[in-house]
Amino acid sequence: MERATLDFWVGLFVVAGLAALFALALKVGNMNSLATTQSYTVQAEFSNIGGLKVKAPIKSAGVVVGRVSDIRFDNQTFEAVVTMKLDKRYTFPKDTSAAIMTSGLLGEQYLGLDAGGDPKDLVDGDKIKLTQSAIVLENLISQFLYSKASDAPKADAAHVATPNSGAQP
Amino acid sequence: MQPKKNIISRIGHSVIDSIWMTGVATRFLVQVLWRSGTSWLRFQLIIKEIYASGVLSLVIIVVSGLFVGMVLGLQGYQTLQTYGSEQSLGVLVALSLVRELGPVVAGLLFASRAGSAITAEIGLMKTTEQLKAMEMMAVDPIARIVAPRFWGGVISMPLLAAIFSIVGVFGGYLVGVVLIGIDEGAFWSQMQAAVDVREDVINGVIKSVIFGFAITSIAVFEGFDAKPTAEGISRATTRTVVTSSLAILALDFILTAFMFRGI
Amino acid sequence: MPLESLLYPVSTDNLIEIRDVSFSYRDRPVLKGVNLMAPRGKVIAIMGGSGCGKTTILRLIGGQLRPSKGEVRVDGQVIHQLGVDDLYQARRKMGMLFQFGALFTDMSVFENVAFQMREHTNLSECMIHDLVLMKLHAVGLRGAQNLMPHELSGGMARRVALARAVALDPTLIMYDEPFTGLDPISLGVIGNLIRRTTDALGLTSILVTHDVHESLEIVDYVYFISNGVVEAEGTPDEIRSTKLPFVHQFIHGEEDGPVPFHYPAPDYAADLGLRSDS
Repeated sequence: MERATLDFWVGLFVVAGLAALFALALKVGNMNSLATTQSYTVQAEFSNIGGLKVKAPIKSAGVVVGRVSDIRFDNQTFEAVVTMKLDKRYTFPKDTSAAIMTSGLLGEQYLGLDAGGDPKDLVDGDKIKLTQSAIVLENLISQFLYSKASDAPKADAAHVATPNSGAQP
Repeated sequence: MQPKKNIISRIGHSVIDSIWMTGVATRFLVQVLWRSGTSWLRFQLIIKEIYASGVLSLVIIVVSGLFVGMVLGLQGYQTLQTYGSEQSLGVLVALSLVRELGPVVAGLLFASRAGSAITAEIGLMKTTEQLKAMEMMAVDPIARIVAPRFWGGVISMPLLAAIFSIVGVFGGYLVGVVLIGIDEGAFWSQMQAAVDVREDVINGVIKSVIFGFAITSIAVFEGFDAKPTAEGISRATTRTVVTSSLAILALDFILTAFMFRGI
Repeated sequence: MPLESLLYPVSTDNLIEIRDVSFSYRDRPVLKGVNLMAPRGKVIAIMGGSGCGKTTILRLIGGQLRPSKGEVRVDGQVIHQLGVDDLYQARRKMGMLFQFGALFTDMSVFENVAFQMREHTNLSECMIHDLVLMKLHAVGLRGAQNLMPHELSGGMARRVALARAVALDPTLIMYDEPFTGLDPISLGVIGNLIRRTTDALGLTSILVTHDVHESLEIVDYVYFISNGVVEAEGTPDEIRSTKLPFVHQFIHGEEDGPVPFHYPAPDYAADLGLRSDS
């Protein structure tokens, strides 16, 4: 095969391969984890993080504004310390609250930020004071059963009272 | 008692032989890498080999990629439908291809087509004494014949895997959106949200590069080590395909375990 | 390792000197103390039965094998003691013709002959073109320059291989069974080419062959190898008129002699059951 033709086909092949790679990177995938946007670090403590994982998204109004970078257990307060990296483009007031939410009914968990009204903003190294832990299914169920159980005896007491009123010492 | 002894000693022999063979192969590979300087300086040699392993494999890669993508689309739709998640078909197709099927299937096809061709070429050159003739002409056959084929294969493999994946995604799109009628917007947007460049695409590329190294090393070694007879060459090409395929699958498991931990 | 022999190559009339060389291939002794000299400018033949070690001698001269005992000197240098670079330098002065040509199958005839020039020299394409055509013309195949090796007949392939072997004007050419499987015309052509090339370029040629008739016509000296040693040596006339039984059997193609017709077997009659051994 002529050198020129050979070079042409090989060149075409390499270009096609690289184009495929770029297409995969840009069109098929997203560059989220590659985004080298500036970020600032904020911490929050939770009594139960449920199924929250590192790299879980942090959303406010449903839009991803950051990622969870670290989850640790504080042996003094016996609470979970969650470190998050927030996109520098978005600032939040100092009294913003953080809650652990579930996407969908049984989906993966993420951190939701609800902006407060403080004129001062959160800066790098700050701590979010208002936190709401994850809703643990077992607690929910036992709460429900307990409230159901506490409703039923009240009705019985009304019944029992009548025979009792008769026999009073 | 006698037959048992023979089987055990035969197994023992073959294990020792395999280990010894691995050692020989590693030494050979180190030599190939060491003497690769010439092939890079005379890049034309490598270009010729990229043509032989890469360009000539394009047809089978593209056709297979298309069919695999289309089958993923069909099967994926069937399964997702039971959970009412047909909109996620794009995610299914893209992730399967980019993470696993792209590198692995392209690797298997590459091993069968290009790997066996490399083994046969080198083996034939050995049989017809061309390698010896080159040695006698004071030209190092490893630098001149083996190294270009090695690098040609290593460069071609990731490119072929990427082409396989993209064609597969297109195949899934054809079946899902065009044929079945899933919403085009949902198909692409969900896919884009779920497929991450660093986690998925780059890991897939890393896999295909490693597979490329493995397949080409095996192909080149088997060719160089083949017995200089017709039977020897045929055995060597068979061994290339079998060993490469097993290596791909084993490496795939190891790499997947490392890369996709806890996700 | 005698350093002097490397610094001051002893120049002698013999291009090749093989002294007392022994070689074994995996416990099987192939050569047991062989002595062989090849003077410059001469054509030497090495003959013997199959598997007697003739090709091994060529490999020893080319430095592809190392003798277990003895010394192989090429142009004054002990070949098997050279480092890799020196060995490659030494090989540039040697040409080798393999049994079936061993042409590079993915290159044309022209490119095969040009191979060494392109690899080892910085000659311009123009010069290489002319040199290649000259070499091809010498073997009569200038018109075949664009053919591929698989399009050549056996004789033609061997002639191209000869052109390739002399591409860089070596001082030594080794021929491994150059006459095998050729028709009578090609035999004559190759034989004449070997003699003419040697004389015209002032080379030394070593021929390993079975072909008695053709080689005795063109060589200056013959070595006979049998059982790992040199059984006989001499000029073609001496060899033709020798009384040595082995050589005589070989030269005249006798059915039975020192190399027996019958593979060792027990008594014939007993084997057929005609005679009972009691």
